[in-house]
Amino acid sequence: MGKPLYSVTALFASPDALLHAVEETVKAGYTKYDVHSPYPIHGIERSMRLRTSPLGYFALAFGLLGAFGAVGLMTWITLVDYPLVIGGKPFWSWPAFVPIAFELTVLLASVLTVVTMIVVFLKFPNNSHPLHDTPYMKRVSSDGFGISIQADDPSFDEAVVRVHLARVAGTAIAPVYYDPEEMDHGQKLFDPRFIGVLIGVAVVVSGGTYVALNKVAFMEPYSWMMEQAKLKPQAPSTLFADGKGMRTPVPGTVARGFLPYAYAGKPDEAGKFLVNPLPPSALVLERGRTGFLTFCSPCHGNFGRGDSRLRGQFPNPPTLLSDKVRNWPDGSIYHVITEGQNIMPSYAGQVRKDDRWAIVHYIRALQRAHFAKESDLK
Amino acid sequence: MTPLTPDITPDRSAKGTPFTPSIDRLGVMLLAVGVVLVVLAFVLQPVRASFGAIILYLTMVSIAVGSLFLIALEYISGATWSVPMRRANEFLAGLMPFLILLVLPLLLHIHELFNWSHPEATAHDSLLQGKAPYLNIPFFVLRTVGILGIWILFAALFVRNSTKQDITRDPALTKKNIRLAAAFLPVFAITISLTAIDWGMSLEAHWFSTIYGVYYFSGTVLAALAAGTLVVLALDKSGSLPKLRPDHYYSLGALMFGFVNFWAYIAFSQFLLIWYANLPEETYWFMARWRNGWEYVSVLLILVHFLVPYFALLSQESKMNPGRLKFIAVWLLVAHVLDLYWLVMPTYAAGVTIGWVELGFPLVGLGMVLLLLSWKTKRYNVVPIGDPKLQRGLDFRL
Repeated sequence: MGKPLYSVTALFASPDALLHAVEETVKAGYTKYDVHSPYPIHGIERSMRLRTSPLGYFALAFGLLGAFGAVGLMTWITLVDYPLVIGGKPFWSWPAFVPIAFELTVLLASVLTVVTMIVVFLKFPNNSHPLHDTPYMKRVSSDGFGISIQADDPSFDEAVVRVHLARVAGTAIAPVYYDPEEMDHGQKLFDPRFIGVLIGVAVVVSGGTYVALNKVAFMEPYSWMMEQAKLKPQAPSTLFADGKGMRTPVPGTVARGFLPYAYAGKPDEAGKFLVNPLPPSALVLERGRTGFLTFCSPCHGNFGRGDSRLRGQFPNPPTLLSDKVRNWPDGSIYHVITEGQNIMPSYAGQVRKDDRWAIVHYIRALQRAHFAKESDLK
Repeated sequence: MTPLTPDITPDRSAKGTPFTPSIDRLGVMLLAVGVVLVVLAFVLQPVRASFGAIILYLTMVSIAVGSLFLIALEYISGATWSVPMRRANEFLAGLMPFLILLVLPLLLHIHELFNWSHPEATAHDSLLQGKAPYLNIPFFVLRTVGILGIWILFAALFVRNSTKQDITRDPALTKKNIRLAAAFLPVFAITISLTAIDWGMSLEAHWFSTIYGVYYFSGTVLAALAAGTLVVLALDKSGSLPKLRPDHYYSLGALMFGFVNFWAYIAFSQFLLIWYANLPEETYWFMARWRNGWEYVSVLLILVHFLVPYFALLSQESKMNPGRLKFIAVWLLVAHVLDLYWLVMPTYAAGVTIGWVELGFPLVGLGMVLLLLSWKTKRYNVVPIGDPKLQRGLDFRL
C-alpha cells in the first residue's frame, strides 16, 4: 500500500455504544472525525459538539417562499389577471387559498430542502470519498455504527488512535487509505461532463415524451371501419368543383311538408282564405297546449292574458283574450304566428305548420274558457 | 456498555409521591368550593349551569377516554417508549366511573338543554321529525348510559390486566391487552363520535357537520396527552419514576405538536367546507360564533388552540425541556376547555356568557383529578414494573 492514510475506522454494536465512543473521542481532543450509522441517531450532533445545521433555515425560507408564492400567485390571478365571481364570494377569498398555500409550503420546503442538502452540502454530483467501497461503509450502511478518525487531525497518531478506539470498545478497527487523485471535494455541479449528462437525459426524456404523447398515443391498432372512403356532411371534398362534400338541392325543389307560405305579407287574405285543417280533438288540443306553453306563454302568459313575468321589461305583450283577437278568423292568428307582428318575431322556423294550427285551437279554447257561457257548464 | 438499569421498587410504596397531604387538602378544598358553587348555580340558574356542566362532562370524557385511547394505542402499535409512563394514562382513565356523577345532573336537565326534547318544538319541524328516531329521550339516555358502561368496562379490564402484571409478570397479560385494544379502538371511534354528536352537536339539532366527531376527537387526544404529560412530569419531578430521557419528553411533545396541527386541520376543514358551500342551514352555526362578541372568542380560540402551541412546540428544544412542556400542557388543557366553551355556550345565549356560574365547574374537575391521582398513586405502582417492554421503554432512543 503506497497510498497515504485517510483515517482509522472502528465499528460499534449499538447507538448507545457509539454515543459513548463519541463522548470519549471528544474528550480525547480529536476534532476531525465523523460518525456513520444506518439511521439517524437523535442527539448525536450534540455529543459531537457540532454547531446546529443551517439546513433548517433553508427549509424555513423555502416554506415561506411556498406560502407567500401561493398567496401572491392566487392574489394576482383573482384580482388582476382573471377576476371571476365564484359562488358569489369576494374575488379575494382567503379561506380558499389556505389549502393551496399549505400544499405549496410543504412541497417547496420538502423538495427544495432535499435538493439543497444534496447539492450544497453533499456536493452532488461529486461522489468521491475515500470511505466509499470499504468494508467499513458496507457495515455502517446496513447494521453497524462506526467512527472514522481522520489522519489530518492535528493530534493524530495511528497507534494512539487504535488504542483509543479499542479502549472505547470499538471492533474491526481498520485503516482506510486513499488515492490522492480522488481526494477532490470541490463542487462539480458545473462540470461539463455532468452538464452533458443532464442535457442527454433531458433530450431522451423530452423526446420520448413527445413521441409517446403525439405519435404512439394516436396509433390505431384497429380502425373498426371508422375510417371509410366516403364524404361526410360539412366536410371538404376535392370531388366537386365547389370544394364541398355536401350537395345543395336543385333550385326550385320543395321538401315534403314545407310548401312556401302563400300569404306572406298578406294578412287580410290569410284571414279570409285560410281554414284550420285540424279537428279540435283532445289530442290536437294537448299538442297545442304544449306548443303554447313552450313558445307563446313566456310573453302572452299561461292563460293568454298577456300577464307573463316579462311584463314591464318589454313593450307589454298584448292579451289574446281581447275582442279583437276573439273576432279574428283562425287564419289571422295563424298568420301572426307564421309571420310575426310588431316586435313579435316569426315562429315559422320553430313551430311546424300542424303545431301552429294546434296552437290556434288551443288559443280558441283559452278564449272560450275565459268567457264561458252558461251552456258550456252543462 | 451496559444499558441503564432502572431503579424500580417492586414493593407498593412509591419512593416519593408528588401528592403530599397539602396537595390532598388543596384537592378537597377545590372540590368542596366547586361543588358548593355548582349546586348554587343549579339552584339559581339551572339552564346556564347545565351548559357549564356539559363543558365539564366533555372535558372529563376527553381526559378519561382519551387516556384509555392512548393506552390502547400503545398496546396495538407495540410501542415501547410510552410503557414507563403508561400508569399516568391508567390513573387518568380511572376517572371513568366518576363520569356517572357528572352526567347525572345533565340527564336530569335534558329539557333545559335540548330543543329536540320538546314535543311542541318537533311537532311543526320536519327536520327535527326526521331526526326524531335518533334524537329522542329514551334512546338518548340509553346511548349515554350504554356508552359510559362500555368505557367503564374497558377501562377496568385494561387496568386490571396491567396491574395484575405487576405481581405475576406474565407476558400473556400484555397479549390479552393487545386483543382488548383491537376490540376497543373501533368501539372508541364510534362511541366518541356519538358522544360528540349527542352532547355537542345536538344542542343545535338543526345543524349538522359530518366532521364534528373527528373535531371533538382531535381535542380529546390533545387533552388526554396534556393531562398525561402533566402527571408524568409531576411523578418524574418527585422521583417516583425511573429517570426518563429527553427522548421520552420529546415524544410526548411531538405527539402534542402533531395533534395541535391535527385539530387545526380538522377545524379549518369544517370551516372551509361550510364557508364554500355557503348553505344557510350550515352557515348559521358559524354566524352565531361571529357576532355579539363571539367573534373575539373565535379569534382567541385560533390563537390559543393553534398558533401559540404551534410556535411553542415547534423547536426540538421546547419538546425536550420539562419546564416548557409543563407550561404547554397546562395551556393545552385550558385551550380544550375554551374550545368546548366555544362549541357549547353560543346555544345558551347569543352573547358571551361568563361568570361565577361557569367558575365552579373547572374547580370540581381539578379537585376530582387531584384527589383521584393522589389516591391512585398511593394504591398502585407508578410504573408498570411487570411489563415485558419496560426495559426497552426506559432505554428508548429516538
